[in-house]
Amino acid sequence: MRVKVRIPTPLLSLTGGKKEVIAEGATLKEVIEDLERQFPGMKERLCDEEGNLRRFINFFVNDEDVRFLEGENTPLKEGDIVSIVPAIAGGS
Amino acid sequence: MPIDGEPVCGHTSGFTPLVEAKNLAEALRIKKCYIKDDSVNHPTLSFKDRVVAVALSKAKEFGFKTVACASTGNLANSVAAHSRYSGFDCYVFVPYDLETSKILSSLIYGVNLVAVEGNYDEVNRLCAEIAMNFPWAFVNVNIRPYYAEGSKTYGFEIAEQLGFRAPKNIVIPAASGSLVTKIYKGLMEFYQLGLISEFKTKFFIAQAQGCAPIVNAFKENSSIIKPVKPKTIAKSIAIGNPADGVYALEIVKKTGGYAEAVTDEEIIEGIKLLAETKGIFTETAGGVTVAVTKKLIEKGIIPREEEVVISITGNGLKTQEAV
Repeated sequence: MRVKVRIPTPLLSLTGGKKEVIAEGATLKEVIEDLERQFPGMKERLCDEEGNLRRFINFFVNDEDVRFLEGENTPLKEGDIVSIVPAIAGGS
Repeated sequence: MPIDGEPVCGHTSGFTPLVEAKNLAEALRIKKCYIKDDSVNHPTLSFKDRVVAVALSKAKEFGFKTVACASTGNLANSVAAHSRYSGFDCYVFVPYDLETSKILSSLIYGVNLVAVEGNYDEVNRLCAEIAMNFPWAFVNVNIRPYYAEGSKTYGFEIAEQLGFRAPKNIVIPAASGSLVTKIYKGLMEFYQLGLISEFKTKFFIAQAQGCAPIVNAFKENSSIIKPVKPKTIAKSIAIGNPADGVYALEIVKKTGGYAEAVTDEEIIEGIKLLAETKGIFTETAGGVTVAVTKKLIEKGIIPREEEVVISITGNGLKTQEAV
């Protein structure tokens, strides 16, 4: 499954400035693994030490937040658009 | 406040009344009840005038020419109004199905209003993506750490108006959860500065049942806030994916407070109860706060022999459809 992934500004340094990249995988989890292969360091920014999606990053498949789908196991189909959008909380 | 020079706007915002509500206390059968009344905050009748004053002042210091926000209505009204006399271009983004008064109360200032077919969380996502591509100061996205500090003044004023002491209990409506964290921070700063001698306030969060992600996490004893799809008349606090939810939840837990939700019917009863006993007409979010206070007193969670401050953050004239 080839999907388009939209990269937020804080991660552009990892993709060489590319705002959209193509990745492969049947689930969100697999896509993150593929992103890590293509852009080393990406997984650490998206997942915590246990490999769970970081809670301050919102992942959308097309228009839906994956927390309303199947989280990191959300299935993907050819041509889906995965958006990575950091949540912004209020400073300390 | 985290600004370097003189503020560019908001000179007349804040210092709203803290009033004792005797008839309401009697109706709720509690010893003492105060209303911190930001339904009359200047100029746009909600607590958002506090945060916008700081955000726009900081935006000017950073050299931004355009200000913007994602909003459930009140913030849009405030950014729109303040942008006019502080000399910014202005774009406000709101869910398409807001109350007519809240739409009008932004459009009247001649700003660019974008009604997005979706709920607040979808508007917020759009704004996060726009903020990555345009050099705009989104007050609650890229300027958020500064913006949020403005809410501390709500806490500062309560302490000052009580004669430089912190209240025993405070009930606060929660949308993103930011207000809860900043009232706490404001009172903590007063305590650390020695302006109040004690800070043992219990913090209570009020949400609508149709959008209660923080209350759900509290009741499930979970530190993860699971997003929800909002469905409530309390549109100003209908945020299903609260950015500061975890921080607000931590404050409730560490102060020995509680988080509770009420139905749309209870919200309307809350609005009427405040109007009929104190002569203050609050918006739906205020109805949530009053109704939750009532529920917490009836459950014995807020003791009847103590005092409570009820945070009223918006004006009923903006949500007339609800009643």
